[in-house]
Amino acid sequence: MYEGVVQDLIDELGRLPGVGPKSAQRIAFHILQADPADVRRLAHALAEVKEKVRFCGICGNVAQDEQCRVCQDPRRDPAVICVVEEPKDVVAVERTREFRGRYHVLGGAISPIEGVGPDDLRIRELLARLADGTVTELILATDPNLEGEATATYLARMVKPMGLKVTRLASGLPVGGDLEYADEVTLGRAFEGRRLLDV
Amino acid sequence: MHVAHLSLADFRSYARVEVPLDPGVTAFVGPNGQGKTNLVEAVGYLATLGSHRVASDAPLVRMGAERAVVRASVAHGDRQQLVELEINPGRANRARINRSSQVRPRDVLGIVRTVLFAPEDLSLVKGDPGERRRFLDELVTLRAPRMAGVRQDYERVLRQRNTLLKSAALARRHGGGRGADLSTLDVWDQHLARHGAELLAQRLDLVAGLEPLTDKAYEQLAPGGGPVGLEYRPSSETAGARSREELYEVLMGALEGARKQEIERGVTLVGPHRDDLLLKLGELPAKGYASHGESWSYALALRLASYELLRADGERAGGEPVLILDDVFAELDARRRDRLAELVAPGEQVLVTAAVDDDVPGALSGARFRVSDGEVDRV
Ligand SMILES: Nc1ncnc2c1ncn2[C@@H]1O[C@H](COP(=O)(O)OP(=O)(O)O)[C@@H](O)[C@H]1O
Ligand SMILES: [Mg+2]
Ligand SMILES: [Zn+2]
Repeated sequence: MYEGVVQDLIDELGRLPGVGPKSAQRIAFHILQADPADVRRLAHALAEVKEKVRFCGICGNVAQDEQCRVCQDPRRDPAVICVVEEPKDVVAVERTREFRGRYHVLGGAISPIEGVGPDDLRIRELLARLADGTVTELILATDPNLEGEATATYLARMVKPMGLKVTRLASGLPVGGDLEYADEVTLGRAFEGRRLLDV
Repeated sequence: MHVAHLSLADFRSYARVEVPLDPGVTAFVGPNGQGKTNLVEAVGYLATLGSHRVASDAPLVRMGAERAVVRASVAHGDRQQLVELEINPGRANRARINRSSQVRPRDVLGIVRTVLFAPEDLSLVKGDPGERRRFLDELVTLRAPRMAGVRQDYERVLRQRNTLLKSAALARRHGGGRGADLSTLDVWDQHLARHGAELLAQRLDLVAGLEPLTDKAYEQLAPGGGPVGLEYRPSSETAGARSREELYEVLMGALEGARKQEIERGVTLVGPHRDDLLLKLGELPAKGYASHGESWSYALALRLASYELLRADGERAGGEPVLILDDVFAELDARRRDRLAELVAPGEQVLVTAAVDDDVPGALSGARFRVSDGEVDRV
C-alpha cells in the first residue's frame, strides 16, 4: 500500500477495464513523474469528455450534441439501420466507408451470465425507431460470438412481423492474412457462412 | 506421422532427457515408478495440450522447477516439423513451431496425433457417462478440428441457458423481482439445438463407424467373448434422425416438451451433455455386468478401434496417429499378448511400456529402451 492520494490514484486506475493492479501501479508512477503540463492536459481531457460528450438521443452513439454526427447528417440514408453493440463498433464500421445508413447502439449483448437481458439493452428504443415505416432494412452487426449471435437472433425474431429486410454480417476470414494461417475454427465458420458468387 | 525425436526439460521426473525414436514399435521397459508413463504422457500432451492422468498442468512440472518444456521433431512423410510447448502452470503456456514463436499453443494441435491407451481407461467402461462423452468428443474433434469451436459454443450456450433457467426458477420460488424474464429462452433454445445437433450428428456418425471396429478388436483380444455393441443413448428420442437438420428439429421438439420441467428445476435437461454411450457385451451392458478382465479388454478395444478409424481416415485427416499403449501387456495372457502384437505391428509408430522384458511379447520386434531412475537408454 502507498500513501493516501497515491493509493487512491492506483485504486481508481485499477477500476478501468483491462487495467490490472500491476498496470495501475505503473501508470500511477508514470503520472507522478510526468511533466505537470501533460498531466493537466490529461485531467482536462477526462473532465471535458464527461462534461461535453453525451449519448445520442436517437441511436445511442457518443455525441457532442443532442444527436450524434451520423444522425445529424442529412446525407445518411434513413431507410437502413446498422445495429451494433457498442459505440466503438460504430467507429469500426465508419472506417470501412461502406455504410451510408444510420446506426443503433444497443449498449451490449444479451448474456444471462453477466445479468444482461433484453430490458438492459436499447431494444425498446430500436423498436420505436422502426414504428413509422421509414426504415426498410436492418443490418445486425453484433459481435460474431455466441452472445452477439443470440442477440441478433432475438432482434430478428422481434422485428419479423414488421416485414423488414433483416441481414447479418458474414463472419469469416481476416483479410490480409493467408488462408493457410487461418485457424480451423475460423476457417470452418467461413465455410459455413459461404455465399453464392454471382458471375 | 511419427515422432522422430522427443526431448523433455523439467517434465515430471525428468530434469533433461533426449529420446531419439524410430518408426515402428518402440518399447520402454523398466520397474514401476521409473518414468515410463511420464515419457508417453509427454507425447500425449503434444497431441491434446493436456495429460491423460491429471486435469491441471502443475503436476507435469518437475518438483522445484518453474516450467516444463516438451519438444518433438515430427515426421509427416518426408516433411519434418519441430514443435515445442512450454508449460507454465498458472500462466499462459507458450508454443513454437519450427522455432517460430508467432504461434499459439492451439496451433500445435494436429501436428502430433495420438491414440493413447492407459490403465485409467478402465473408467470408459466403469465410469460415469461424462467419461464416454469426453471419449467421443475428443475423437470427433481429432477427425474434424472445427468441432472444437462447436463444442466451446455448446458449452457456453449451456451455461447461459442454465443461468437464465436458474434465475427463473429462483424467481418462481421466491416470487417478486424481475429475474423471471424468459423472453430470450426461445433464442437460447435455437442456439442450443443448432450447436447440439451438430455435435450429435458427429457423435452418431462416429459411433456408427466405431462399432464394427470395436467388435473386431474385441474379438481379436478375447475370441468368442463378444459380440460388442455400441448404442448411443440420447437424452431425448432421436427416432432415427441422423442429419444436422433432422436432429435440430428433434432437439427443438424435446426442448419444448421439457420446458416446464426445466423451468421448475432451473437446469437444461435436453441435449448432448446428457447423453451416454451404452457399451454392450453380448446382450448385457458392460458397466455393472462385465468382469474386470472383460471391462479392461473393452476399454482397449475402444482405443484400438479409434486408432483404426483414424488410420482409415488417412492423409485427409492429418496422417496416421501414433499408437501409445501404456502398461497394456501385464493384464494379458501370453496368447492375447501375441495377438495384440500382431494387431499393432503394421502401425507407423507404436510406443509401448512394460515393467519387465518378459511382458513384452516376443512377436513385437523393434527398438527397446531401458527406463531407470530418470535415464532412458536404448538397448
Ligand atoms: N512433477 C514431478 N516432479 C518430480 N517427480 C515426479 C513428478 N511427477 C511424477 N514424478 C515421479 O515420477 C514417477 C512416476 O513415473 P511414471 O512414469 O508414472 O512411472 P512408470 O515407469 O511406472 O510409468 C514417480 O516416482 C513420481 O514421484
Ligand atoms: Mg506407468
Ligand atoms: Zn445518433
